[in-house]
Amino acid sequence: MTAELARDPASLVFIQLAEHLRLQEQLDAAMRVVRTGLERYPDRPDVVDLYARILADAGNRDAAREAWEHTLTLAPRHVGALKGLAYLAYHERDYDAALDMLEIALSEDPADEQVVAALHTARAAADREDAEARLRTGADIFAGIEGADHALLLIDERGLVLGGVLRDSRGLVVSEEVAAYVAGAAQEAERAARLLALGAWQSLECEGTDGHLHVSTPSPGAILLVRRDRRVPAGRVGLLARRAAAAARGWLEAQAG
Amino acid sequence: MNPERMYDALDRITRVRGVRGAMVVSAEDGLVVGEAVMEGVRGNAVAALAASLAARLGRAAGAAEAGAQRFVHLQAEVGAMLLMPGADGLVIVAVTDQHVNVGLVRLEMQRMVEDIA
Repeated sequence: MTAELARDPASLVFIQLAEHLRLQEQLDAAMRVVRTGLERYPDRPDVVDLYARILADAGNRDAAREAWEHTLTLAPRHVGALKGLAYLAYHERDYDAALDMLEIALSEDPADEQVVAALHTARAAADREDAEARLRTGADIFAGIEGADHALLLIDERGLVLGGVLRDSRGLVVSEEVAAYVAGAAQEAERAARLLALGAWQSLECEGTDGHLHVSTPSPGAILLVRRDRRVPAGRVGLLARRAAAAARGWLEAQAG
Repeated sequence: MNPERMYDALDRITRVRGVRGAMVVSAEDGLVVGEAVMEGVRGNAVAALAASLAARLGRAAGAAEAGAQRFVHLQAEVGAMLLMPGADGLVIVAVTDQHVNVGLVRLEMQRMVEDIA
């Protein structure tokens, strides 16, 4: 390739040569070749894309990004540039951006196995990050349990919400207000059980005219509230509370770990 | 309220196996209105705590749209405290051991609410 390039400086063989050198990790040599080619062909998308890949391999991600973005101005659906920008976004943990780029790339070239593999990797990373975020915020503590999105609440003994959510009949979140009152009731339950020598309190059930409340302590320092419509038998509310308590314990242990 | 009927009703509650005692409490100030067989229990303190528990839980029930309280069951390791609001701002309180039939006690408390209404 070098000989051919020497014979014909206008030959496009420099692209193969630079790519070969890049794959051999001879990045300085690859850079020299591609820069020379760029002087002759500054508007060829594949050349700018190759230049960007060499920059990325050399660790110059900002310059690589500029080069790939320039590639897209020359060829808006250039698969190489889309893959490159997706790669940068992935390493910046911007998985949504990476997925957007890769999906465009896949629509351009559905047979590109690299794109398919990268999509799987990015989706898995995005799902993992989403799951971790939900675990951190407590949004998923009660996933799969009846009422998880409106009638199960985990709070601490100071009345602060740890996870779950309680909504009123209009769908408005009332978690914080209820949490404050429930923590006060739990303190009174603890005092009453102690005064009456009943041992540690286990649950506090309130049957109301419009619904049932079930309060329990899944772990020391944590309080679980389950609310149910009054048509749900109290015994069933208790069963539901036990399931929710097991989920809360698991989440609390994961937080502690 | 007729005191004789009140004490009869309290007696019926305490006759349920496992009930250690029962009392009627003023929800507003947490004072004992009447009590029966509360052995080894400081009635005044229980009354105050029961009234306070009912009040706090009532606020939680209101905020959670559960409505007015009809029955409260505090379950602990070796016993329970049961509360049932009645007429005129009174609360019926029963203290039990862990083997009590809560459903039966509840029925007697409900009868008492109806009797003294």
